[in-house]
Amino acid sequence: MKRTVLSISLLAGLGTAPLAAAGKPAPTVSVTNAWARETAPSQVNGGGFATIANTGTVDDRLVSAASPVASEVQLHTMSMDGGVMRMRQLTDGIAVPAGQTVMLKPGSLHVMFIGLKHPLKRGENVPVTLRFARAGTVKVNFAVQPVGAMGPGGRHGGH
Amino acid sequence: MADTDLDLEPADDAPPGTGSLRWMIWLLAGIVVILVALTWAGSRNDAGPGDEPAFGGDFTLVAPDGSAVTRADIADKPFAIYFGFTRCPDVCPTTLASLARMRKALGTDGDRFRIVFVSVDPGHDKPAAIGEYVSLFETPILGLTGSTAQLEQIEQGFGVYVKQVPQPGGDYTIDHTAAVFLIDAKGKLAGTISHGEPEKTGIEKLRLMLD
Repeated sequence: MKRTVLSISLLAGLGTAPLAAAGKPAPTVSVTNAWARETAPSQVNGGGFATIANTGTVDDRLVSAASPVASEVQLHTMSMDGGVMRMRQLTDGIAVPAGQTVMLKPGSLHVMFIGLKHPLKRGENVPVTLRFARAGTVKVNFAVQPVGAMGPGGRHGGH
Repeated sequence: MADTDLDLEPADDAPPGTGSLRWMIWLLAGIVVILVALTWAGSRNDAGPGDEPAFGGDFTLVAPDGSAVTRADIADKPFAIYFGFTRCPDVCPTTLASLARMRKALGTDGDRFRIVFVSVDPGHDKPAAIGEYVSLFETPILGLTGSTAQLEQIEQGFGVYVKQVPQPGGDYTIDHTAAVFLIDAKGKLAGTISHGEPEKTGIEKLRLMLD
């Protein structure tokens, strides 16, 4: 699976290289407070959350994510509609406008680990590669928290 | 009807001075009224104790060990029941963890009710897997599921919206009602706790359910 991440990083790197060569300002995207919820052995999916800040002057977009712990990592939104929970994949990614901070948090946007290769254990760090349209790839560790957590928890949450 | 001049064999115990047919008609009408009343009462009381009908009706589901669980099996205590699925990464664990915290906040009163999780994803969530899932929450949660027909019965009974929605790539997600239903000791709906509702309010509602 490391190969997958590497290849995705490589592709992303190639994608961003022409932008840099074209002399556009390098967008600044930072990902902090990344965390995921622990999962039961039988659970094949899990959710992850993070704070994404675009401190640059150019709009960016989180277009995809990948992790060696899952066969796929999707970007999802969750909404409540008349008491009904609706979760949807965001195939167009998540916009991260210039100068703004986007929160992936419970009850809202999240990354979804699909096809977990092993359960997410609390205390574990899950490596995730986030790919942005302009900023390229950002590697971040998602700290696994107890299932009841509503935030990154302890001091190991941020990266 | 009363002025009929049909002559019927009088019954042995027919009251004297009364037309036997009129008497029989009244008797039959009485029996019909009683039967109708009994049928109606029976249909209303088929799911729970007390005078009021049990909210949600009767159900039979499957426990993590594969055994059948009926409403009668869990009706000895009030219960907080929630419908979801284990692949739901956000709302379901948030809600169950919140219920676990609220139970803890209630102290010893927290032992006076059950938390019931019903997986509405029978195509994916097997009973044993649901048992593993609910054990994450570190408080006793009864994790149930059932056949499609069994789930449809309880979903209709509780008025729960459940809809499978195809996702890109061939998988599916499930839109579902995200409220917790609070059922008191008499089987009546004591309230609901909505997704995102402050736990302080939820705790008060649980107290009302226990009263």
